[in-house]
Amino acid sequence: MNESSARIEHFLHTDPRDVGCDQAMEMLHVYVDLAANGQNPHERYPGMAAHLQACGPCDQDFEGLLAAVTGRPGG
Amino acid sequence: MEQRDVGHGCTATARPDQDPESAAWVAALSDTRGRRYEEACERLHAVLLRIARSELRRRGSDTRITGPELDDLAHQAAADALLAITRKLADFRGESRFTTWAYRFVILEVSAKTGRHFWRRPTETLGAEDWDRLPDRLGLDPARETQWRDLVRALREAVDEVLTPHQRQVFLAVVVDGVPLDALVTQWNTNRNAVYKTVFDARRKLRAHLVAHGHLERKAGAS
Repeated sequence: MNESSARIEHFLHTDPRDVGCDQAMEMLHVYVDLAANGQNPHERYPGMAAHLQACGPCDQDFEGLLAAVTGRPGG
Repeated sequence: MEQRDVGHGCTATARPDQDPESAAWVAALSDTRGRRYEEACERLHAVLLRIARSELRRRGSDTRITGPELDDLAHQAAADALLAITRKLADFRGESRFTTWAYRFVILEVSAKTGRHFWRRPTETLGAEDWDRLPDRLGLDPARETQWRDLVRALREAVDEVLTPHQRQVFLAVVVDGVPLDALVTQWNTNRNAVYKTVFDARRKLRAHLVAHGHLERKAGAS
């Protein structure tokens, strides 16, 4: 597979573990607290991690909340 | 678990293992009568406003909101977040620090307000179904067009052939036109999850179609 095909493949990829926006936003504060404490939230909540990888707006909210609680500028 | 009346007809639950700072916030915001409540609201509002401003600046390159407009949106987000926090205090179950739970409201308000703001100054002419944008949206290198030309054509054909009219409309808006999800939520009076799920299902159908027609490889365990 060439690089271009890989990009399209990546774009069309869906993860069956993906919990969707509603569940992700419901758990966001718990997930962020784990991340802020240096724990590995993606191990405890793989469906949430899968969602944040695929959903730009929810990932934006994750980065924003993490920046707010840690005082560090987010990505 | 301790139950306490927090006004607005709600009941807050304070966990015995709650950290002292969270317990103090819950206690101060639980009794809506008196100076302690007012002071807690003032302190929380000040923090929410600072976070809203910071978050709007952090998203600046995406939203292009600056100056007085940014400050106005930050004030709206902080005020609406504070209202939501005091109304939903009973929902705080101590699964995180209180501040993390509370700050989530202002981050979500910033998302919703920037989504609405998008339509005040859309960045491009939308709705023209300009498929020439697709390679750029997918991050494909124009210099390598020979690699992707046939695959992009097949993808475009699949959009017409396998998606429902609703899936096609949402896919075009998000992927081809590049409209932010939260802006579509405002325009179509829906919610982020509904738009995301539509695009999710569309991507899955498109991939299955491209695999079935030999344009992409079938991967073990892939959906």
